[in-house]
Amino acid sequence: MSDTAASAHRRGPTQPQDGGPAPVPATGSSRPPGSRAALLRRARELALLPALLVLVVLGAFVNGSFLTEANIISILGSSAALAMVVLGEALVLITGKFDLSLESTVGIAPAFGALLVLPASESGFGLRWPFGLALIAILLIGAAIGAFNGFLVVRFRLNAFIVTLAMLIVLRGLLVGATQGKTLFGMPNAFFALATDTFLAVPMSVWLAAIAFLIAGYVLRHHRIGRSLYAIGGNVDAARAAGIRVDRITIGVYVAAGILASLGGLIQTGYVGAINANQGQNMIFTVFAAAVIGGISLDGGKGTMLGALTGVLLLGVVQNLLTLAQVPSFWIQAIYGAIILVALMIARLTTGKAQD
Amino acid sequence: MEQRPLAEAAGVGKYYGPTTALHDTNLTVVAGESHALVGRNGAGKSTLVSLLTGLQAPDAGEIRFDGESAPALADRDAWRTKVSCVYQKPTVVPELTVAENLFINRQPTGRARSINWRRMRADAAELLDAWDVHVDPDARTGDLTMEDRQLVEVARALSFGARFIILDEPTAQLDNREIDRLFARMRSLQEAGVTFLFISHHLQEVYEVCQTVTVLRDARWIITAPVAELPRPALVEAMAGDSAAAQTAVGGARTAVPEDTPVRLTVRALAGEGFDATGLAIRRGEVLGLAGSSGSGKIQFAETLAGMHRPASGDAELDGDPVPFGDVRAALDAGVGCVPRDRHHQGLVAGMTIGDNTTMTAMDRLGRYGFVRADRRRSMARALIDRLDIRTEGPDQLVSDLSGGNAQKVVMARALARDPRLLVLINPTAGVDVKSKESLLARIDTAREDGTAVLVVSDELEDLRRCDRVLVFFHGRITAEHPAGWHDHELIASIEGVDRV
Repeated sequence: MSDTAASAHRRGPTQPQDGGPAPVPATGSSRPPGSRAALLRRARELALLPALLVLVVLGAFVNGSFLTEANIISILGSSAALAMVVLGEALVLITGKFDLSLESTVGIAPAFGALLVLPASESGFGLRWPFGLALIAILLIGAAIGAFNGFLVVRFRLNAFIVTLAMLIVLRGLLVGATQGKTLFGMPNAFFALATDTFLAVPMSVWLAAIAFLIAGYVLRHHRIGRSLYAIGGNVDAARAAGIRVDRITIGVYVAAGILASLGGLIQTGYVGAINANQGQNMIFTVFAAAVIGGISLDGGKGTMLGALTGVLLLGVVQNLLTLAQVPSFWIQAIYGAIILVALMIARLTTGKAQD
Repeated sequence: MEQRPLAEAAGVGKYYGPTTALHDTNLTVVAGESHALVGRNGAGKSTLVSLLTGLQAPDAGEIRFDGESAPALADRDAWRTKVSCVYQKPTVVPELTVAENLFINRQPTGRARSINWRRMRADAAELLDAWDVHVDPDARTGDLTMEDRQLVEVARALSFGARFIILDEPTAQLDNREIDRLFARMRSLQEAGVTFLFISHHLQEVYEVCQTVTVLRDARWIITAPVAELPRPALVEAMAGDSAAAQTAVGGARTAVPEDTPVRLTVRALAGEGFDATGLAIRRGEVLGLAGSSGSGKIQFAETLAGMHRPASGDAELDGDPVPFGDVRAALDAGVGCVPRDRHHQGLVAGMTIGDNTTMTAMDRLGRYGFVRADRRRSMARALIDRLDIRTEGPDQLVSDLSGGNAQKVVMARALARDPRLLVLINPTAGVDVKSKESLLARIDTAREDGTAVLVVSDELEDLRRCDRVLVFFHGRITAEHPAGWHDHELIASIEGVDRV
């Protein structure tokens, strides 16, 4: 049978906008129409928005100062660092891998930048680099850590979970060793500018995070590398058979995540006004919680930037509400953890699929 | 010998909706004999085995052991005492010792129900000794040879009391010496009162160890006869059936490629894992089929051409340019398109849309600087959906929603998206309904018009019938060539390796 003969018995146009009745497949199987399934999928991406809205309304009732401009900006400002790291982790998770070491990168990258800037009298290396150079160094450190992780996972074929867990410990140890456990401060103002400078009353860190999410969201949807991440995370063998350079892209994702984490660390430094030797410590749990609540699958191949962002904001709002409600600080952790659990259960119910 | 039926399948059938997996099939295995079960892929052997081992219940007919009805499906312990199957895939835990595998979940216990290791080792040694299996009970099972592993599984089956053992292609991964040893063991076990149902793709083995043979074809029982009374040609005939009418209808429609057509693909002395010293040439517009049993090396050869493996030696040229090996991206750029052997494993990303999957190989053509323009992807996907007649609502539907046939068309679309000059199709119609098969194979017929060289690797005679020539792989080498118009039994004889004995 030739192609022309095949088209003779071909059913009518398939495009939904033709408005014709949906053709029934010859096999007689009844499937939900594809366009409706696609819509449903989009709707699920927004599944967390109602929960976020409920929280906001609840917050407005509980505390009069919740919905003020200052408080909203404060929520955004305090979430910016987390947002950058969640963004990096989300990219790694979509590719079907893990990176636990990001929380240590959050500490070590800006800390080494600070050591390069600070005089020896303030525990620095005494090099007194200008901030511009230090900024490049900070990003390079993040990239190098990511490249090393990627190399071990991809080329060395080590398990991503355990490699990055080891890196988490090594990097934290390096930071504590290099700073002798001291807190670094006294850096030039430019070092804190991301968190202190504002544009339209909103901190630069928030703008940066917003732009990063926009770019990542666009690339994931409209660039071949972005689509490759989903293909690799969804079925690595099929991706390879389709000519996607799996190894190269996976290492690239680790590098991108490292850079994003180092930026997140710089934002965190600006927010706090100093670098503690434990900056970023235990942050990875919150990062994973935000990503998973936001619908990023730990099995890879699933999740969107919009989802990850709502996950971050949800946690930011909860944290803020707990502070406003003056919950005794000794109990905050338990309540925060419980809320994450509840959010996970809600996300599981609204997305209708097992969370993995 | 007393003709007592040990295991019987009486008129059994198994149906999945409109698909018939097995219909009105009889099998009577007499105690003390070795009974061969042969048939081509998809003839219903696996279904019959799953009924005989109680993995599934027959929709029609009955399974009997020693003249009594088979136990209920849920009663695994009762089934274990009747029958056991040694599959090609190991069902032992490789990290545990042989003794642990033999007594898994029924370990001898001592005081406080803790496992008595010493007794377990002793019991294992005794069991292996009783059946003359020379394997150390303390060996790590994963370290055993394939042959020993099979014998351990047989010993385990026998220790449950079963005296009817099904061997599913036990020789597929063994070399000749190992096969001889396995057959010697089978004969001595047979003398000790064990009955075998032996499944093999190699017919000469049937003549070597079996006394009776049953042939299945197209999900139906064809014949059961003493091996001595069924000469090879008759056996091949029974497996192939008589479909001469069908083959002239299609074969006649195909005109030969003119002798002066330029050669598109030349492969010289290519050697790699599973195949050796393979050379061939495909002309522009020619469709070349590759046949061979599983493990013959035909798939590895085809995958190597598609850039999935790096060969040990040899080279290939496509229109005079070397074919890049070991790099799928480079192979795609060189003009090679491929439908991989298993759509679930290598063909599709189930969680992505049809649009994403069909254009995955051609994303660089959808916009500048790597950006994928949504409108171009849609129109490219739409064109492919139309061309291959994929039944879908549109490019935004998930491939996981599609039926097998339509999913396979998506894989084909992915291979065609870059307009390849060499199209490598591996099992292109596996698990696909008849109608989808037609539209998938239609692409083969249009190759002549646009000069595409097509390599079809398949177990299905229907796929191969459309080829201009069919080459047969046997143990990693090309051993036969059949121009279009071959008879089924000729091709099957070369695939099974009985044409040159």
